[in-house]
Amino acid sequence: MSTTDVAPDAPPSAPDPWQNSRRRFGDSLFSYLSIGSGLLIFVTLAAVAIFLTSESMPAILASQEFSGTADFSLVDTTLPLVFGTVLAAAIALIIAIPIAVGIALFISHFAPRRLAAGLGYMIDLLAAVPSVVYGLWGGIWLVPKLEPLYVFLNTYLGWIPFFGGDPTAPMRNLASASVVLAVMVLPIITAVSREVFLQTPRLQEEAALALGATRWETIRTVVLPFGRGGVVAASMLGLGRALGETMAVLMILAPGATFSLHILEVGRHQSIAANIASKQAEAAGVDMSLLIFTGLVLFVLTFIINAIARWIVARSGPKA
Amino acid sequence: MNVRKNKLVSLAALGLTAGLTLAACGGSSDNGSGDGAGSDNGGAAAAGGYAELTGNLAGSGASSTQNAQTAWTETFMGLVGAEGGDLTVTYDPTGSGTGREQFLNGEVKFAGSDAALGEEELEASTEVCNGEQAVDLPLYISPIAVVFNIEGVDSLNLTPEVIGGIFAGDITNWNDPAIAESNPDAELPDLDIVPVHRSDDSGTTENFTEYLSETAPDAWTHGPIETWPIPGGQSGDGTSGLISTVEGGNGTIGYADASQAGNLGVAAIQVGEEFVEYSADAAAKAVDVSPRAEGRAENDIVFELDRTTTEEGVYPIVLVSYLVVCGSYSDAAEGEAVKSYASYITSQEGQQLSAEMAGSAPLTQELSDEVQGVIEGISVG
Repeated sequence: MSTTDVAPDAPPSAPDPWQNSRRRFGDSLFSYLSIGSGLLIFVTLAAVAIFLTSESMPAILASQEFSGTADFSLVDTTLPLVFGTVLAAAIALIIAIPIAVGIALFISHFAPRRLAAGLGYMIDLLAAVPSVVYGLWGGIWLVPKLEPLYVFLNTYLGWIPFFGGDPTAPMRNLASASVVLAVMVLPIITAVSREVFLQTPRLQEEAALALGATRWETIRTVVLPFGRGGVVAASMLGLGRALGETMAVLMILAPGATFSLHILEVGRHQSIAANIASKQAEAAGVDMSLLIFTGLVLFVLTFIINAIARWIVARSGPKA
Repeated sequence: MNVRKNKLVSLAALGLTAGLTLAACGGSSDNGSGDGAGSDNGGAAAAGGYAELTGNLAGSGASSTQNAQTAWTETFMGLVGAEGGDLTVTYDPTGSGTGREQFLNGEVKFAGSDAALGEEELEASTEVCNGEQAVDLPLYISPIAVVFNIEGVDSLNLTPEVIGGIFAGDITNWNDPAIAESNPDAELPDLDIVPVHRSDDSGTTENFTEYLSETAPDAWTHGPIETWPIPGGQSGDGTSGLISTVEGGNGTIGYADASQAGNLGVAAIQVGEEFVEYSADAAAKAVDVSPRAEGRAENDIVFELDRTTTEEGVYPIVLVSYLVVCGSYSDAAEGEAVKSYASYITSQEGQQLSAEMAGSAPLTQELSDEVQGVIEGISVG
C-alpha cells in the first residue's frame, strides 16, 4: 500500500550548470538513482498485477461464467467475500474515525504540550504492534470481554438488523473482528488527522477566538472544516489497511460465506485476505487459482479506494 | 551459509550423540576446511552409512506432517553431519495436492500426502522415476480426538450416530435423550450444543467426516468432505484456532489432532459394543486391522481404512499420511539420500521422535519393518 504523505514542495535546487564536472557527475548519478527508485514502484506494482492476472486465468477460464460447465462460479465465490471484507472495514472505520479525530483534536488543541508529545508517541506505538499479536489479543482476551455487550445488544436492540440473529459464545463474529481492526487503523487515522489539524492557519484560529468564539466553536468553525479533506484521506488510508488485514481477522473470525447483516452471529462472514490465508495451505490447481483471483479482486478494490482517497484530497484538501 | 549451517548441525549432534563425539569433531573440522568431508571418517561410517551423503534433498506436501518433518529433517541432518556427510533436507508444507504435483513434475524428490497417489498419478510417476512407478508408504498416523468443553462434565461416551447428529445440527441440546442413553452416569446440563469445525481446508476434516459418513450415514449425510458443507456455525483456523474456540465457549464440541487436546474433555467413541478412548496404541491398531487397498503393486502400501471396525481396543478416527517416493532413482547420490532419509523417518527411532514432537501414533513394529523392506528394495543408479 502506498502512503500519501503530503510533502511540501521543496524548491528544486538549481545547480549552477557550469560547476566542475565531478559535481555534475554526482548530480546525474543522483537523478538516475531517484528515477530508478520511482520506476521500481511501477515495476513492482505491474509485477504483482501481472502475477495475479496470469495466475488467476485458469480459474477465470474454468469458471461457470466462462466455460458454463464448472461447478464453481466466480461471482458466487467472490461476492460474499467482498461483502464481508467491506462490511468489516466499514464497521471498523465507523468505530475508529470519531475516536481518532477526538484524540487528534486533543493532541493538537487541548493537551498540554508535554502530554501531547507523549500521547502522540503512544498512539504511534499502536501501529508498531504486529497484527498477529492483535489477533491473539483479540481472540483470547477481547472476545470473552465483549460477550456481555453483544448479549445486551442482541436482547434489547435485536430489532436492528445488525444486532439481530442468534449469537453463540465464543463471539468470534464480525463485530469482534471489526473492533480489533478499529484499534489497528486508529494510529494511522490519528497521526494524519493530527498533522492536518496542526496546519490550521494560526491567524484564522485567532480571528475566531477574537470574535468571541469558544474553543469548541473555534474547532467546529475553523479547524474541522479546514481539516476535513485530511481526515477523509486518513480514513481512506485506514480503510486500505482494514481491507487487507489478514492475520487478525483470520485468528478472530469464525468464517462463513453469506450476505448476512447480523454482525453478532458467528460463521456468517469472511474477508478476502483471511480466506486466502486459511485456504492456501491445502489448495492446488484451480482452487489455488481461484484464491488468487480473489486476491486480484482485493487488489483492484484497494486500488480503487486509494484512487478515491487521492481524488477527495485533491478536491478538498488544505489550500496552500 | 551452507557451511555455517553444517557447523550448527554438527554442534547439535555433539549434544545428541554422546558416543559419536569424536566423529562429530572430525566432521565439523572437515566441513570447515572445504569439500573433503567424509574422506577420513572411516570410523563413523559404520554407524549409519551417512558419511557419503551430500547435496540437497527437497520434499514437499501435506501440512499435517509439518511438525514431524521439521523434527525429522533437523535430527537427520544432525546424524549425517555427525558422520561427516553434508546433506541438506528440506520439507515445504505446501499441501498434499501441491506436494504430489511437484513430485510428479520432478521438482521435489519425495512428497508427503494425506491421500495416496491415484491410478493416473502412479502412471505419470514413471516419467520422473526412472521408468518405475512411485510407491506410497504409510508414514504418519495421527489420531483425531473429539474434544468438548462442558462445565461440570469430564467424560462423555458418544456413538457415531450422536456425533453425526451433533455436527449435522440435528442434535442441539446436551440433555438430548440420545446422548443420555450412552452416558447413564453423567449429569448432562440443559445447554445448547455448539459444534466447532475447522475453517480451513484440512485432512483432519476429511478423515473425520469420512469416519462419520461410514459409521453413521443416516446422521451425517454430507459424505466425506474437506471443506465444511454446512454454512454458519462456530469454527477455528487450524488446530490451534479450533481448540481455542472450543475452550472459549461452554457446551462446545470439536475434532482435533489428539496431541493438541490439552485440558479439554476427550470423548470416548463407540466401537462395537464398547466405548474406546483415544490412545496411540489404539490408533496404530486402526491401521493394522484395516485391509490393504486393492489393485496396487505389492510395494505400494496403501490402506483402505476400516472405520466401521468392531475390533476391541481400536480407535478408528485416525488420519494416515503417506510418504511418496520413487521406486527407482537414476541419480545414485539422490537415490541414496532419499533411501536413507525415508528409512530413518519410518524406523522406530524416527517414529518415536514424531510421537514426542508432533503427538503422532508410531507405526507398529511389523508395519515399520515392512515399510523398511520396501525402501531397501528401491533401486538406485
